[in-house]
Amino acid sequence: MTEILGFWVAAVVLVAASLGVVLTPNLFHAVLWLAAALVATGGVFLLLDSPFLFAVQLLLYAGGVVTIVVFAIMLTERLVGESIRQTSRFIFNGAVLAAAVFAGLVSFLLQVPALARPVMTGDQLRDLGRALVGPFAASLQLVGVLLVIALLGALYFARAED
Amino acid sequence: MPLSAYLVLAALVFAIGLFGVLTRRNAVGILLGIELMLNAVNINLVAFSRFRADLGGLIFTLFTIAITVAEVAVGLAIVIVIFRVRRTIEADHLDLLRG
Repeated sequence: MTEILGFWVAAVVLVAASLGVVLTPNLFHAVLWLAAALVATGGVFLLLDSPFLFAVQLLLYAGGVVTIVVFAIMLTERLVGESIRQTSRFIFNGAVLAAAVFAGLVSFLLQVPALARPVMTGDQLRDLGRALVGPFAASLQLVGVLLVIALLGALYFARAED
Repeated sequence: MPLSAYLVLAALVFAIGLFGVLTRRNAVGILLGIELMLNAVNINLVAFSRFRADLGGLIFTLFTIAITVAEVAVGLAIVIVIFRVRRTIEADHLDLLRG
């Protein structure tokens, strides 16, 4: 019962916030809507019994990504000296294409067999940690290298001109 | 809720993100649309992971989140550089490579 209620709350917030991201004319408001959408996604993770991913989602996405985007907007706005309004184009074509993709995905999803939700067994967090240092250890290291390279690259791009 | 409810929700968010990518003119707005699409994929991965009792989906999601953070950092750095050089971040004005 609580799951059904929680799902609908999270779904309504998520869809409304997503529409806010793509429709609001003010870029700064769009980022705030994105933060709401990311938190709602974290709520969906919580409903799917993944509290660890909920925490990661809040820390990295809602905390990190939104902060970076807000900084980028503030920087470019300050350089322009006026608040950035953004306009959309091809709204009709975009809506038709997005609706077609959605319809195609849903018609595909209807063929998914109904799976019973298995009962949670064991400690998910412990299994996750074991998997990350066991079979996925090499991928974890690669992601670390990727993050360092990406941050160095971003620093190099955005460095002050001399 | 059944698995299909989560999948349809993810598909809807994905379609909304696609709409944003297609219609936004501002480069940062396009990046926000891409964020939404990646987020929808994460919902799919976690839902399948939960309903199939397979840890792989959670691991995939962790990696997607980490890679997305890297993508946003580099993407926004590129946006700032483009802005410094061209004084605009309208995607339509960035046609230097158009033949």
